Amino acid sequence: MTGTVPLNAYLILSAALFAIGVIGVLIRRNALIIFMAIELMLNAVNLSFVAFSRFLASMDGQIIVFFVMAVAAAEVALGLAIIIALYRNKESVNVDEINLLRG
Amino acid sequence: MEWLVFAPLAAMALATALLVVILRNPIYCALSLVGTFFALSGLYLLLQAQFIAVVQVIVYAGAIMVLFLFVIMLLDVGHEPPPWLRRDAPRLALGIGLVALLLLELAVAIGSKVSHGVRGSYTSELVNAVGNTQLIGRLLFTDFVIPFEITSVILLIAIVGVMVLARR
Repeated sequence: MTGTVPLNAYLILSAALFAIGVIGVLIRRNALIIFMAIELMLNAVNLSFVAFSRFLASMDGQIIVFFVMAVAAAEVALGLAIIIALYRNKESVNVDEINLLRG
Repeated sequence: MEWLVFAPLAAMALATALLVVILRNPIYCALSLVGTFFALSGLYLLLQAQFIAVVQVIVYAGAIMVLFLFVIMLLDVGHEPPPWLRRDAPRLALGIGLVALLLLELAVAIGSKVSHGVRGSYTSELVNAVGNTQLIGRLLFTDFVIPFEITSVILLIAIVGVMVLARR
């Protein structure tokens, strides 16, 4: 347990976090928690970007993480507004009950 | 030495991420997601990305999670039934199996040692001499100035869109 942490350790952690996020989207039915799981997946990818940025001696990864965070902030604001609009219509945030577009 | 910092932070990130998926009360899920964000911020510090670490705390743990908690408390959403009591439990098991396959595939891909590309010129010594934040600021206003401006337009569109969507 000495020395520097290799790139692969960060990538495996990132893959595990991403898989947990996918499981969250699959097993939860609360739209808010599905949204949190999506944030988790975004963060897992951000971790790989920063890890590659460090180990390849490049700043591009950190710049892209900056843009991902800006887009994530916009996405969260819009997503939560959509959830509030849905709650006004259906009195629920359970995705099983939301089938407004079903033909 | 680095492992002594990495291992607890990685364990904390995984544990809090699992709690986000497992816990029934949405408030607890949100709070445990804050824990994940702080653990990731610590990992960014370990990776010498100080600017990203601070922005992670301010934007994610600060702004985004406050928004989440605000909406959870505003909507007063109840607890959902546990997943194994649902009618679509077999499909659920299939989904989790597919995720396990995805994780296995990722592990194989990561273990195959192809994850090394062309090295850039921003070595650790240069970053420490100039400063991480200074370098990011310089790049944002030179090489990445067009994406930077487009980002500001995206944020403006998001503000307008939220006003339209959340209006009565």
